[in-house]
Amino acid sequence: MSATDTSEPNRRDFLYVATGMAGAVGAAAVAWPFIDQMRPDASTLAASSVEVDVSSLTPGMSLTVKWRGKPVFIRNRTPEEIKAAKEVPMADLKDPVARNANISSDAQATDIDRTAGEGKENWLVMVGVCTHLGCVPLGQQGDFGGWFCPCHGSHYDTAGRIRKGPAPENLHIPNFQFLSDTTIRIG
Amino acid sequence: MSGGHSTYSPKTGIGRWIDARMPLPRLVHDSFVSYPVPRNLNYAYTFGGILSIMLVAQILTGVVLAMHYANDTTLAFQSVEKIMRDVNSGWLLRYMHSNGASFFFIAVYIHIMRGLYYGSYKAPRELLWILGCIIYLLMMATGFMGYVLPWGQMSFWGATVITGFFTAIPLVGEWVQQLLLGGFAVDNPTLNRFFALHYLLPFMIAGVVVLHVWALHVTGQTNPTGIEVKSKTDTVAFTPYATIKDGFAMVVFLAVFAYFIFYIPNFLGHPDNYIEADSLKTPAHIVPEWYYLPFYAILRAITFNIGPIDSKLGGVLAMFGSIAVLFVVPWLDTSKVRSAVYRPWYKLFFWLFVINAIFLGWLGSRPAEGAYVIMSQLATLYYFAFFLVIMPVLGLIETPRRLPNSITEAVLEKNKSGSAHPAGATAAPETRG
Repeated sequence: MSATDTSEPNRRDFLYVATGMAGAVGAAAVAWPFIDQMRPDASTLAASSVEVDVSSLTPGMSLTVKWRGKPVFIRNRTPEEIKAAKEVPMADLKDPVARNANISSDAQATDIDRTAGEGKENWLVMVGVCTHLGCVPLGQQGDFGGWFCPCHGSHYDTAGRIRKGPAPENLHIPNFQFLSDTTIRIG
Repeated sequence: MSGGHSTYSPKTGIGRWIDARMPLPRLVHDSFVSYPVPRNLNYAYTFGGILSIMLVAQILTGVVLAMHYANDTTLAFQSVEKIMRDVNSGWLLRYMHSNGASFFFIAVYIHIMRGLYYGSYKAPRELLWILGCIIYLLMMATGFMGYVLPWGQMSFWGATVITGFFTAIPLVGEWVQQLLLGGFAVDNPTLNRFFALHYLLPFMIAGVVVLHVWALHVTGQTNPTGIEVKSKTDTVAFTPYATIKDGFAMVVFLAVFAYFIFYIPNFLGHPDNYIEADSLKTPAHIVPEWYYLPFYAILRAITFNIGPIDSKLGGVLAMFGSIAVLFVVPWLDTSKVRSAVYRPWYKLFFWLFVINAIFLGWLGSRPAEGAYVIMSQLATLYYFAFFLVIMPVLGLIETPRRLPNSITEAVLEKNKSGSAHPAGATAAPETRG
């Protein structure tokens, strides 16, 4: 026996390891585009912002717009709804986090932090996708007068906070801003 | 029955020429003609053959439907209606395909139950069983993606709910879901990839079926007594005995299938899927296809948090767990006796399991509220207890009935006590055991 039983690595060992390494790196490099192509493509990402005219919404009216393929609820809340949401003690909330992409991620789910903020507390802008398994909740229904998801029975209050049912989180609030008093840009 | 020596001898010159170069005819002869099968197989053992023709039927109708289907969200729904109204015989091909999926699942459920009843998963057939579980998983994925293609309301919202399962995964859930959807919601990229995969997966199923049949032909079939084949008198030749029996069962099965296609083609479907998908409007009551209902009930049964696992993740884990548990059944069952025929207690718990599974299916079709939730939780509990508690414990404490010494003895014993059949060994090879 000659080359195979030497204790020192020889030329064949080097070729063996080098070929194996190149093969493994090559396989990973080839695999990546096959996985990468599954991610949302450029046109999907490009459609990630919409502008909405809300001048026609008087208190008590809602509008649903499509953003990133999902419905977004824009509601001009009535004073009664705001009052009802404000009166809820924080201890009653299943999810105490605001889930508002416009403020810090650990903000409390107080009524003001769920809305467009000081002075615009009547405006609620939320992704209309139940945080359970993605159905679209129905507006002004359910035990808390907010939203009710018919799929698996999640009840949200007038600030879109989960109060009852299997959903784990409050309805999410996307990035949005008022460009003027009557125009909102989402995304 | 493994390694049985080949009895194939080509009679023609060309037969010998092929046999020396690529002995495919020999393989077919040894696998489906001279192959010995236990003489006491009953009709529960015909569903493997039925499943094979259902797979072929689904692939044939599917390939033809794909020639008329438009894989785009703006066209898909209309193109399916076009298949139904304009394409020659399109209505028939589509009803064959959509009902074919249901009948495929009816057959696979009977096939799985047969395996559980006669202990077909026990050594040395563990890999055979696991390959079957993989086929079943692939079938579920294929069926789900196929149901999305007509782009009806149930297609869309079913896809939304099912891909929503993945958001339950901590940290990477959202990213995984977007990877599956190719966007932020079910949309055109989702439909495109589901169509491509729906076309691909049946061929992967066919590949695993080859492995499944290979593994079967290494270990040989089980039989209702659960006793291994010991001598030549325990078996009969595949052809004509098993071929005829399988063929007869197929004809009966296909007759029922045809009744559904021609008389009640939409009985197993959901009317909401004849409404085009609307991403802004959820149907009042989302239900999956009937064959997923038991698992849907398990998903919804977990309404409570378990330690650090919230109810949503818990439901998803329970649902996947209910299928994953099938893979380890060979190691959960501790009984040395294979067949339920000789296990009085196991037989009882088995039939309770079947009733419970059907009950879960019914619960899956009900709204998730009130008493249905509690019933789902109890039925889910029994589902898991059957595998994780009853199977391991029962094997240790149950006293089985006396086993016959061989298949032949079991068959002759039965004939003696039953009818006045002659005791001749091969006079009644189809006798049920």
